[in-house]
Amino acid sequence: MISFLNQPELPELDEIDHALIRATQTGLPLSPTPYGDIALGLGLGPDEVEQRLQRLLDVGVIRRIGIIPNHYRLGYRANGMSVWDIDDKTVDAMGEMIGKLDFVSHCYRRPRHLPDWPFNLFAMVHGTTRETVESKVEDIRNRLGGNVRDHRILYSNRILKKTGLRWRKSGEKKCCG
Amino acid sequence: MNKLERDLINNMQGGFPICAHPFQVLAERLGYDEQTVIDGVKRLIADGYVSRFGPLYNTERLGGAVTLAAIAVPPDRFDEVAEQVNACEEVAHNYAREDVLNMWFVILAEDEEALQDVIKRIENTTGLGVLSFPKEQEYFLELHLEVPEK
Repeated sequence: MISFLNQPELPELDEIDHALIRATQTGLPLSPTPYGDIALGLGLGPDEVEQRLQRLLDVGVIRRIGIIPNHYRLGYRANGMSVWDIDDKTVDAMGEMIGKLDFVSHCYRRPRHLPDWPFNLFAMVHGTTRETVESKVEDIRNRLGGNVRDHRILYSNRILKKTGLRWRKSGEKKCCG
Repeated sequence: MNKLERDLINNMQGGFPICAHPFQVLAERLGYDEQTVIDGVKRLIADGYVSRFGPLYNTERLGGAVTLAAIAVPPDRFDEVAEQVNACEEVAHNYAREDVLNMWFVILAEDEEALQDVIKRIENTTGLGVLSFPKEQEYFLELHLEVPEK
């Protein structure tokens, strides 16, 4: 997948795109013609819905279309956020390598918070048990070799909140706190 | 979980066709009929194996600002602080993790200014410091989770 983070310019979205995003962000209808159903609801032609969604996918506004699995329910009970302190000069090369591993679901470079938090590479590892997560993290360690100064695994022991994206246009924002 | 359900989970995490009859196209590719695939996805959602079916949007590309944030919460205040953090509509996910930094959450805001505002508000409400870890580079290629072997 291409990373869009280094492309500062955002794709232009018009009112119809916004309406389409709002109509699909919680899911597509489970019918033989999901895009046609969405089109009907928005008063658009089915071709237009398909073309717009294809464009949103092409410009990276949509990452992918499909099912979002529930890791925990599928038996991946152990969720370890592995964090690594890697030299700034090699972190991107290491990140590319680790991100390609099939047991790593997300891999990001993030800022350090020195002195307490020296870690700049985050790789999420899922396993059926903590032992499997640990052996996968050991595999990452071996691949990183001398590039690792320090690392840690932060296991999650509780999901405190989980909501999907609820994106609104400007002016529809509500406040917290 | 039966073979159909495994096939759906292993083959539907991306690339769902954009066309008039996408389930028909997918069903032919996997060797099932259309209604079997539709019913299979419905069942996976009903049984909780799948949380959602549809497009996965990239908030940053929508012009929003996102960060992963963490707080070192004193254990005796954990539930109270979780409630305060979760009360923010901009907090999408929140996980308890085993570390000094024991609360990790994702904040989605309209723009960078709004994001900093949320962080300040959480700091004021909880009286605790919030560390922010915005993504600087993304390396993951694609999420592909195989159904684990029994």
